[in-house]
Amino acid sequence: MSDYYKPSHCKDIEAAVQWALAGGKTLEIIGHGSKRLLGRPAQYDATLDLSGMTGVILYEPQELVLSAKAGTPLAEITALLASSDQELAFEPMDYGPLLGGAQGRGTIGGMVAANLSGPRRIRAGAARDHLLGVVAVSGRGETFRSGGRVVKNVTGFDLCKLLAGSWGTLGIFAEVTLKVLPQANCEASLVVFGMNEREAAAAMAAAMATPLTVSGAAHLPDYMASRFDGLDEAEATTVFRIDGIAASLDDAVVSLKQAVRPFGASATLDQAASRKLWRAIRDVQPFWANGPCGDRPLWRVSATPNKGCEIAAKITPAAMLFYDWAGGLIWIAPPVTQDCSAGEIRDAVAATGGHATLVRAPQAVRARVDPFHPETGALAALTRRIKENFDPNGVLNPGRMWAGV
Amino acid sequence: MPVAMPVPDERVLKRRREIVRALRSMVPAEGVIDTEREMRPYQSDGLTAYRQLPMVVVLPHTIAQVAAVLRYCYQNGIKVVPRGAGTSLSGGALPLGDGVLLGMAKFNRILEIDFANRVAVVEPGVTNLAITQAVEHEGFYYAPDPSSQVACTIGGNVAENSGGVHCLKYGMTTNNVLGCEIVLITGEAVRLGGKHLDAAGYDLLGVVIGSEGLLGVVTEVTVRILKKPEVARALLIGFPTSEEAAACVGGIIGAGIIPSGIEMMDRLAIHSAEAFVHAGYPLDVEAILIVELDGPRSEVDHLVERVGIIAKACGASKLRASTSEKERLLFWAGRKAAFPAVGRISPDYFCMDGTIPRAMLPRVLLRMRELSQIYGLRVANVFHAGDGNLHPLILYDANQPGELERAEAFGADILKLCVEVGGVLTGEHGVGVEKRDLMPVMFSAADLDQQQRLKCAFDEKGLLNPGKVFPTLSRCAELGRMHVSGGRLPFADIPRF
Repeated sequence: MSDYYKPSHCKDIEAAVQWALAGGKTLEIIGHGSKRLLGRPAQYDATLDLSGMTGVILYEPQELVLSAKAGTPLAEITALLASSDQELAFEPMDYGPLLGGAQGRGTIGGMVAANLSGPRRIRAGAARDHLLGVVAVSGRGETFRSGGRVVKNVTGFDLCKLLAGSWGTLGIFAEVTLKVLPQANCEASLVVFGMNEREAAAAMAAAMATPLTVSGAAHLPDYMASRFDGLDEAEATTVFRIDGIAASLDDAVVSLKQAVRPFGASATLDQAASRKLWRAIRDVQPFWANGPCGDRPLWRVSATPNKGCEIAAKITPAAMLFYDWAGGLIWIAPPVTQDCSAGEIRDAVAATGGHATLVRAPQAVRARVDPFHPETGALAALTRRIKENFDPNGVLNPGRMWAGV
Repeated sequence: MPVAMPVPDERVLKRRREIVRALRSMVPAEGVIDTEREMRPYQSDGLTAYRQLPMVVVLPHTIAQVAAVLRYCYQNGIKVVPRGAGTSLSGGALPLGDGVLLGMAKFNRILEIDFANRVAVVEPGVTNLAITQAVEHEGFYYAPDPSSQVACTIGGNVAENSGGVHCLKYGMTTNNVLGCEIVLITGEAVRLGGKHLDAAGYDLLGVVIGSEGLLGVVTEVTVRILKKPEVARALLIGFPTSEEAAACVGGIIGAGIIPSGIEMMDRLAIHSAEAFVHAGYPLDVEAILIVELDGPRSEVDHLVERVGIIAKACGASKLRASTSEKERLLFWAGRKAAFPAVGRISPDYFCMDGTIPRAMLPRVLLRMRELSQIYGLRVANVFHAGDGNLHPLILYDANQPGELERAEAFGADILKLCVEVGGVLTGEHGVGVEKRDLMPVMFSAADLDQQQRLKCAFDEKGLLNPGKVFPTLSRCAELGRMHVSGGRLPFADIPRF
């Protein structure tokens, strides 16, 4: 039975780390625990639960800035922003249902620690691109600040970027400050049916090569399409989302139709259907743990956009998959095997560039196969040195990303 | 001007001839420069107030040469200062008397243009503008546009995380670079990111960008290219007071409009620029805004109208919206010439670079006017108002005894004021040597130690660009020590479950 601590102040976090340092203990850092099953399974001596550190510290809509304590529920922040017609433009996805949890959980700190994003990643960046400042506690039990509350800032090293996506292995967030943006005024989606994966990649590249504000481009193969809310055709579906203001959206839709015309006729989805579909794409709905594919392992592959289909061609045809990010993000659910297809997926990725994360797999597989993309040589050594400098005794989520880090 | 740089290492200086000979064995003849006359052009960068001849200049043209030079310097404990085009405004490329100046200018090839994936792969010595020029025949461009874009290189942009006037909508270098290859001081090459989004593992790309040459030498960059917007239009808006102009900026953004740029100029900047380029700026106002909107034509036309309505509600006394590309460029001509224009009315000037929360603008402007009186020096203000990035130009005459020192003190006061109101020391020019000693105004000792621990992971011996960014470069062995408090009071007041 491990100890369980729930700090309410930054000082409590420092004390927890000092306690761990003094006793040679390790800490598991969690918020709501919605992404707890992602990563290498590891044993920790104690759990540090940040979900008690809640509250928005500062929200100035005109300044496009928000600061909150790390344990503040993401849902609460999203609702607050919506009340001023603002949002987190990078559309953070919800890992909860993929990992067997509820929808709508997760903290703002967890969002940053996992560097979440969604379909709009291609246009608006990820959490890393919107993180302006942090207050964090290092593995030395020292509180430090990086960044600030303004967007334009090159004062010192950008530790915010380093901490975003470090899964709690380099520092424990106490506070985060984010850039927020006005909500996309309206949106519309175009769908083109019947393309194969190669044609879809070309069509998505064509759409992205327009000056239009294309904020989503996804391809759902025929066996996948009807598994998404908002679609009922059992036909391969390539979908494009466009953001705009009411005054110009219709024009933009016409321009986009023209751009994809060489690939087939397109139909328009209305705003409600569009929102539903992109939410389902964002949260990878067909592969939810409680759905018919819930037993399959799940991979998240970031690839060169037009090479995504080459990766797909090299892996088992029994795998189910779909593409987001104009082809640059592939969600792959292969059948259960010894290594959950790690060998063939990582070989395929190595040949084209990119990286593959094993998002969901039985614990025994996650212990054998690196869930995070393996590093070698000088890069692996550099990663290790950074960990050693930030957390010399290996207190913070040790082994979560890679063994020994 | 005295600026404390690391004490030159006598042991290294004594070995100078041997070092030059060794470097010549790695880099062909004309790539190693050791005469004073030929090294003279490298003695300073865009911050010309600071000058120092390097021990030797090396201009490699292959990655293998870069690696060999760095490995040699690492093994022999020799300092290295990387340099791109030398346009830094903060002294980031200021040489060291006992250091190798590693010029990357020969890395000037565009390696690949990949329109299907909307990226370009380039060598670090390619200029910012050359990237756009290489892709514009297909209607693409590279978004970050620092004002030195004709000359500055992408390698330097990566080192400084350069911005420009369109950051408000398109982000800075860090938001537009997908991959890099860097060579570490040990001579090992590391590839970070690529043509895909979100580099694997720790976001090392994110920390290398903006690291001011302290972490590694950039040898290749993969940038994102964008399709040019269908149309761009600008509004030129004059206000009776700067407070009203500032309120207008907040009003536009508060209304959910993100222009591609919002620039502000104060009276002295307006008058200097107008006298220089005749852009048609109103002269009977205290401040002007240039607001640029880009995107699909119907959207831009609609937003131009809305911005006009907001401006009038904020008290605008003059308002023009560009109706042609020629007119839009004319609006910009004055802003783009603002620095040289101020140079015409004053023998010397310092360009400052703080960022503040936008709402603090009136307070900061007021205080700057007071400081101007106290120091007896004029100040002209040019801002990237949309993102709160100030460029006050402090006018002085270096030939008047004491003026340079007064100007420096005035500048330091402005930057301290920026931090005091919730802003930062530098928005886009970098810390370099210029703002190095002000770092403790913004960061605690613990904050700076943490940053230096990152440095230790990349460059334990502290050989890459020492004397920049950090007021004192701590030894990694000292930073590595742990201060465990004994843990006698674990969780004294933490609820336990």
